[in-house]
Amino acid sequence: MIAHPGGSRRVLMKGNEAIAEAAIQAGCDAYFGYPITPQAELLEWMARRMPEEGRAFIQAESELGAINMGLGAAATGARVLVSSSSPGISLMAEGMSYMAGSEVPIVLINVMRGGPGLGSIQPSQSDYFQAVKGHGHGDYRVPVFAPSSIGEAMELIATAFEVAERYRTPVMLLADGILGQAMEPVDLRFRRPERIEAAWALTGADGRPPRVVRSLHLVPEDLEEHNLHLQEKFRAVAEHEVRWAGEQLEDAELVIVAYGTAARVARTAIARARADGLKVGLFRPISLWPFPSALLAALAERVRGMLVVELSAGQMVEDVRLAVEGRVPIAFDGRTGGMVPSPDEVVEALRELDTTGLAARRSRRARRRQPGPVSGPEHTHERTPLAASESGHEALSIFGDDAWMPLWYTSPVPSRRGGKR
Amino acid sequence: MERSIIFAGFGGQGILFAGHVLAQGAMDEGAEVLWIPSYGPEMRGGTASCTVIIGDEPIGSPIVDHPDAAVVFNPPSLAKFGPIVMPGGVLVVNDSLIEAVSGRDDVDEVRVRCTQLAQEAGDDRLINVVALGALVARAPLVRPESIRAALREIVGRKRPEALEIDLRAFDLGLASASQAPSAPAAQAATWSDVGAAR
Repeated sequence: MIAHPGGSRRVLMKGNEAIAEAAIQAGCDAYFGYPITPQAELLEWMARRMPEEGRAFIQAESELGAINMGLGAAATGARVLVSSSSPGISLMAEGMSYMAGSEVPIVLINVMRGGPGLGSIQPSQSDYFQAVKGHGHGDYRVPVFAPSSIGEAMELIATAFEVAERYRTPVMLLADGILGQAMEPVDLRFRRPERIEAAWALTGADGRPPRVVRSLHLVPEDLEEHNLHLQEKFRAVAEHEVRWAGEQLEDAELVIVAYGTAARVARTAIARARADGLKVGLFRPISLWPFPSALLAALAERVRGMLVVELSAGQMVEDVRLAVEGRVPIAFDGRTGGMVPSPDEVVEALRELDTTGLAARRSRRARRRQPGPVSGPEHTHERTPLAASESGHEALSIFGDDAWMPLWYTSPVPSRRGGKR
Repeated sequence: MERSIIFAGFGGQGILFAGHVLAQGAMDEGAEVLWIPSYGPEMRGGTASCTVIIGDEPIGSPIVDHPDAAVVFNPPSLAKFGPIVMPGGVLVVNDSLIEAVSGRDDVDEVRVRCTQLAQEAGDDRLINVVALGALVARAPLVRPESIRAALREIVGRKRPEALEIDLRAFDLGLASASQAPSAPAAQAATWSDVGAAR
């Protein structure tokens, strides 16, 4: 299918295969994996293409084998990709913790399916907590990028390698069964991030002092120092690597917050809701960690309510609530087990929020008007006067004019997005 | 404007292929498309299906509650997807394997003797390509020439020796549905109304 890599022909490609080819074109030196639906085609593509390119492909004996081969290869400074789907990612959790601890850059892809346990093989977003809050043990964070189209996934693979190497950290690309299995037209435009010198990598100590890559620090003082260093790194990531996209937010009174496939359902729901006169916009986090909290908080000053849509029982919604801190009502709509919410279902949830959101605002205004002992810090959650949003352009300025990105972009993701903390 | 089409039948009837060719043809005309297969245990014997969504803007939801058209190859698929086609939409039925009718008077139900026409073309397995011809004859989703070009690209790449038979099967399906008597007289809506109903 890839007759002319590097050209710009528009071709119809399956998500798993497009992601795999994008990783190859981004300079992936080695791939390790173990087959699991719905990401199997990614491994199959690698099995064929990596040897063609003279690079390393190993189908490991298990997920544990794959992730630890990844650890070993990445410790030599190679650009390494490991992929799996939900149950397989759980098996890789230990390796992720070791790599975070020993600061080994690697990219891990999770093409999520329904859980818990073996669950189903249908698309899901129920690994948000796992991806964003943890995988393995210890005080660590991992940047997580969530594409919403196949083309975006291809671009984010290059970004993931870049961020992994810039910060010496594992990075996760969080996709789902639909993105893996669907076909969409994609531009065969690839990006290969420049290599930065890995002055820590294990390349053989011939003619130089030996280097050590490890996560074991038995002296508590040493380990604390190491942890403080890691935390400082995570702060830098949180400051510089926030990514998100917005659509129709200029005049929005309600906002849907959704990522990945859920954001696509939301997009269709928004078109239908707008046809019915509801002014709804879309806020789509692309980096799930670091989460675009500051931007959501600012957005909450201008809207009446937010609806979080996920292919889960409600996971990202917790981060939205933390970001918004009660400024506006937050509703949730989700399906589990491999089911995907329908656009009409989301429109229904929007209507419900529209009613309750209005009611909440009325009661808040009523409370403010009441003089009396329960006034408290009234102004904490005072909303910015809506005057600004009457001329859409001014309303935008609260994010900075450059903070806007179309939902479906094809250009490279700018490296610094918003993230004012 | 988005149009959605569901292809459904037994695994092995070429369901995913038919959708792929339609998606390729639409993309070559400059449209945005999304092709989503059903994947899972149902592909081993039960009902397999795929959804193709064609639009002039990037496609949103991959979930289609009411397709504008459905192409059904076996009885369970008619039972499952017949009732949810949009009023005014097109329902292509593989008459070689399905005796039942949808019972709907608000869709354009096109009955195609797929196996017979595929045999006539030279390969009785090509019921999917015959049905695809019937679909584009009744639902103006993609120009027939774009489907032929897509067949040349997809089949020509993998099995060039089969291309001529595929093209013949497509043309036979196209011609059969162009000639077929139009579906029930009292059709409540027409293809051009589909979508306006959203």
